[in-house]
Order: sequence, then C-alpha cells, then structure tokens
Amino acid sequence: MRRLAAILAATLSLGAAPLPPPVAIEALMAEAPAPTLAAYRLFTDPAGRRPNAGLTPYALNTPLFSDHAEKFRFVYLPPGTKVRYAATGVMDLPVGATLVKTFAYPADLRRPDAQVRFIETRLLIRRPQGWVALTYLWNPEQTDAVLKRAGARVAVQTIDKAGRPLAIDYAVPNVNQCKECHSANGELQPIGPKARNLNGDFAYGTGRENQLAHWIRTGILAEAPAPARAPRTAVWTDTRAPLAERARAYLDANCGHCHSPQGMASNSGLNLNLEEQRGPAQGIGKHPVAAGRGSGDLSVDIEPGRPEASILVYRMASREPGVMMPELGRSVVDEEGLALVRAYVKGLPPTR
Amino acid sequence: MTFRLAALATLLLAPTLLTTTAHAATLSVAAGPNAQERVQTALLDAKPGDTVALGAGQFDFTDGLSLDADDVVIRGAGPGKTILSFLGQKSAGEGLLITGDRVIVRELTVRDTRGDGIKSKGVDQISFLNLSVDWSGGPKETNGAYGVYPVSSTNVLIDGVTVRGASDAGIYVGQSKNIIVRNSRAEFNVAGIEIENSMNADVFDNVATHNAGGILVFDLPGLPQMGGHSTRIFRNRIVDNDTPNFAPKGNIVANVPTGVGVMLMANRDVHVFENLIDGNQTSAVMLISYSQAFEDKSYNPLPRDMVVRGNKFGRNGWAPALPGGKSLASAVGGSLPPVLWDGVTSQPAARMWLKDGPVLNLNLTKAGAVETARPSVTPTLGEPGLPEPPPVTLPAAQEKAAS
Repeated sequence: MRRLAAILAATLSLGAAPLPPPVAIEALMAEAPAPTLAAYRLFTDPAGRRPNAGLTPYALNTPLFSDHAEKFRFVYLPPGTKVRYAATGVMDLPVGATLVKTFAYPADLRRPDAQVRFIETRLLIRRPQGWVALTYLWNPEQTDAVLKRAGARVAVQTIDKAGRPLAIDYAVPNVNQCKECHSANGELQPIGPKARNLNGDFAYGTGRENQLAHWIRTGILAEAPAPARAPRTAVWTDTRAPLAERARAYLDANCGHCHSPQGMASNSGLNLNLEEQRGPAQGIGKHPVAAGRGSGDLSVDIEPGRPEASILVYRMASREPGVMMPELGRSVVDEEGLALVRAYVKGLPPTR
Repeated sequence: MTFRLAALATLLLAPTLLTTTAHAATLSVAAGPNAQERVQTALLDAKPGDTVALGAGQFDFTDGLSLDADDVVIRGAGPGKTILSFLGQKSAGEGLLITGDRVIVRELTVRDTRGDGIKSKGVDQISFLNLSVDWSGGPKETNGAYGVYPVSSTNVLIDGVTVRGASDAGIYVGQSKNIIVRNSRAEFNVAGIEIENSMNADVFDNVATHNAGGILVFDLPGLPQMGGHSTRIFRNRIVDNDTPNFAPKGNIVANVPTGVGVMLMANRDVHVFENLIDGNQTSAVMLISYSQAFEDKSYNPLPRDMVVRGNKFGRNGWAPALPGGKSLASAVGGSLPPVLWDGVTSQPAARMWLKDGPVLNLNLTKAGAVETARPSVTPTLGEPGLPEPPPVTLPAAQEKAAS
C-alpha cells in the first residue's frame, strides 16, 4: 500500500510543464458539499490516482482493519499552512486541512498494487467551525466518485491471502456513522494523524523516510521534536516488537476511537485506547455492562491466560450484528488481528 | 495566507448564519423499497425544528439508522402502524441511534433489532413517546439487550412506551440524570424497567409483567457515572413476573432470580411506595448488595437509605429461585415474606425504612455469602425519617411536547 502511494507521489514530483489547477480550497470550505469528488481537484486525473500539489501521502504504524480494504491516505494543507505537533492526541491541523482516504481492493490481496478497484474516498475537512466528514462513492468504471451521504453497500470480490475467493459485503458509512467513530465528546475529530501513529517510515518517491522527519523537512509540521524523541505506536505486524505493545496498538487503532473516555462507547467503562493505564478499564477482569448477547455467556472482557473465556476475543471473532466488535466497518473477521489479541490474552499473567 | 483563508471562510459562512432561522419542515418518507437510504437521508437532511414523518406500513432496514441533529421529531403513524423492521440488519449495535439534543421519537414500532432497539447517547432532553419496541419471536436469548436505551443522557422522558422481548432490560436508563418513566408497559423481558447508575428518576404508573424481574434499580462499579441515587418507584403494577430468566450469562441481569417484583442493588435513596406487587414467585421487593469483585474504592456496593412503604402485596415469594431458596422458604413458614434484605452492613450508614413487612433479613456477613445467612423476620425494619427525593421535573418544552 505504501508502495502504490509512493508511485503516486513519484508521478507527482515528475510533474511536467503545465501545472494543473490547484486544489479548490473554496470547494472544500463551502457549506454545501460538492456533488463529485473531482470538484475539489484533490487529484489531477479523473480516476483519483494522481494527487495534486499540497497533498502528502501518509500511512499509520497500526491502522484500523476495514474488511481487508487497502487505504490510500493523504493530508492536504492549504499553501503556507502547517500542522502543529502534539505529543498526545491528534495533531492540530489548520483550517482548510483535509484528510483524504481512499478505500480500495486489489483483485488479489496477495498483490496489493495490481488491478486496484477504488470503492470510496472519504474526506475529513477542517472548517472554521470544526471537522466535516464526507464520502464519495466510485463508479464501476472508476472515472467518477459521487457524494453518498446515506451510506451504501458494495459487493466486492477478491482473493484472500491464502488464495481463496473472498466475497465482502462492503459497507460505505453514512455521515453520522463517520462521526460515531470520529467522535470526541460528541465533536467530529480525526483519529489517525497522531504523532505516535505517524512516527514510522514511508516509502516516498524520494526514498524511505520517517514521516515526522519528512513533514518537518518539507515544512508542513511545526514545533515537532526529532522522531526519536516523539512517542511511537508499535507496528502491529512487526514481530520484533513486544507482543503486548503490538496487541495494545492493534486494540487502540481498532477499538480505542469508541472505547475511550471521550468516545461513543465511553459508557461501557472499557477503554482500549493506548493512554488507558488501569487494568480493569482495559478489560482485565472487567464484567460487561450493556453487552447483551455480546457477552457470549462469558463473565469478563479479558480473562488473563484464557482467550476462550474473554468477551473481547469472542466479539472480535463474531460476524453477527449485535455481537461483533467493532460494530461498524467490518463484515468479516480480521483473523490476523484476532490471532494477535488471542496470543496477548493468553500471555497475560493472572491478576489474583 | 492565513488572513486570506480566514476571510474566505467568513465569506462562505455568512449565508449559513442567515438561513438558520428557516421554517420548520416536515420530511415525509413512505414505506416501500430502498427504505434504508430514504429514511437515513431524511435523518441527515433534518434541521433543527424539522419533523421526519414516517408513513404507515413496514420499513425494512439493512443497517442501523442514526440521527445527530438537534431539535428534531421522528414521528410515525402510530405504534403497530409504522413498523421499522430490522430483521435484515447487517451492522450497527442498535436499530436507531440518537445523538442530537432535544429529540422526540414517537408513534412507531421498532422490531427485531439485532442489538438494542432505540439508543440515545449523551443527549440532553430525549423523549420516547407512545412507541413500542419488540422482537417478533418472543423472549429469546438471541434478542437484543435493551428496548429503549438512553445512556449518559440528561432529562429523559419515557412515556407510553411498550417493550416486549428484550434479553436484558426492556426499558433501560443508564448513567443518566433527571428521568421520568411513566405510563409504560414492559413485558416478557428479562428485566422490565431498569434504572442503573443514574440520579433522580421517577418511575410511576407503569405495568411490569411477565418479565423475570419487574423493576430494577442498580448501581455498578467501574463506570464513568457511579453513585446512583434518588429514585422513586410508585403506583406501578408489578405483577406476574414469571418468565424464566433468559439473559445471556455474564450480564448482571442474568443474576436476577426469576419472579422478582422490585430489586434494589447498591444505590441509595430509593423509595418504593404505593405499588401493586403480586404474583412474583421469588420476592416482592429485594434489597441486595453488589457481590462481585471490584477495584474502585469510591464505589459503595450496599443498598442504603432505602424506603419501602404503602405497597399492596398479593401472593409473592412462594417458590424463591434463589440458592437455598426452598429451605429458606420452609424455614420461614413455606413462603418468603414480601420484603427481603441481604442485611449486609460491611459499610456504615445502611439506613433502611422497610415499613412494609414482614421483612426477612438474611444478616449475611458479606455480599453474596448466602452460606452465612442467619435469617430473621420482623414486622418492619429500620426507622422512619428518611427524606423522599423531590419529584423529577423536566424542562417545560419537553413536557409540553408529550402532552
């Protein structure tokens, strides 16, 4: 995924003589959303493959699982503006900043760069009064993406990493559902661009570089320390990192946006964000509150040493609405993530 | 650049400010194909003051619905007439999620949600009026947990609501403040009506029947809002709660014995008065401590400052579904007296005025330690003088919309 983004970035830097018109800031800032993605000129081609000037590709150390979709992320900053570094939480993005994320499927998950079909492109736009979420649904011809506010279902066929056919009933969220995850105390907010989750390498067209270092060097990040002195979320697939760090990073990215004191699931008292330090609040020995049949007849969210007795594992392994977690954004099970969390729970020492 | 951008933003914002006083509109949606997108679009289009009017007939949804706008009414043609069916639901933890303030949902039926029925999270002034939530297969462990589910909300009004079949509580109010539940009916749920970790609730003129437990007031540890207090339960008909508990294990209500009229666990200043409580095989009124382990030092697991007075009891307690219930019943004359207290006094200030009696005090040495029971029966228990919480009043506009 980072490779394709790098190719896109490289294409941009090779840009020939006549400069394409710049990103349409006025369209991003307009109260009424544009009916098509093309109106923002975030990309210079109708297929949305070539980012315009002002867009920087990025990736997260540990991202959210979205039914195996590949994600191509860019941050757009209006000319002359910068992101302000924050050691904790989402960094401060200026008015006009826009996060652009395209969800896509390759024909075969083992070849993520080949025959990539775009499904939707989501925008998070920083307006003066706050963030706004919009979603654009790509047509089958891949020539145009149109505004889709009320959500949609898209049938996706691909090949999984084991070479088996994989059918996904992909859900494009409605704009309220965007906010359910992107909510901090009821206000819409980005999730990804935290310093700790950006503190890792990206394969830019100009070569591999730490993202924070790249942002500092290209003048789009202010007040930041050197990456070595910034916090860093573990890469969940990096087996050299400690198991607990990888599992906590995975839970943070996949659950922590709702399961935090500011999130939609705050009332559960279960906080899976990395900042939570208390074992019971992380689910260890914690009884469910409003799980209903999501409890799976089990007593606690995490029973150390016993993944099979842990509600957290049970709900991650479910595909049934009302039971499965996360409750939005997936229809299949993330087997790799599940295996990681199982191993983590298995390795937890008994509390008493 | 920053200045130019700010100026541009101001310019673009100006028209919005001028249009916020637009007239209230009614966004009508008829039953029929593609209900998901049409109803959800109306919920997204609704502006403050608008009504989303759902026509008579059945709407079939494939996903959850949500409303985030303030000051919106969602109105159907009547419960049983406008039916929102979630049988084909593929995602979301509830049928309808409300996060906007001052929202009214009324005159409709929500059916067969995979998770909860209607949930409000973090809402000020949420009203559920003359509506029903049910599961068409009757009471089943695979039904959703809660029927109506306001949580972390303030000024909650539940009036004329019927819930049938919830696998946890039919009407559940959690971590909320200033609550009225009235003129409602909860039947064939595990718990009929449950007020949990909440402050200032009035629960009156309701019917709770054929649940495992009729009306519950609980306080649980480890939650953002703890220390529930000040609930009045009065003039309710709490009869024939006889559906075997079908809650999935792990949930706190799975521990509710089948056939309890009123159950108070932890919490304080709960007054139970002038109810009719009849036909509950375990107990008419149970006051017990939270018995599971907890780490939060600020949590008090005991029921305290509780008042039970002036209730009318029929036949209750003839077959207590408690561990050792049979021998307990025979030890006290074949049938439990109407009021049962676990008698745990491990923390001070467990004041009681259990005027209705006789009262069975189990005198447990600690919460849940039934093996330590030293049962005693007295005509009443405690002393009068515990002040009754003041009546709950809601904002006038919220009450007016309900009348």
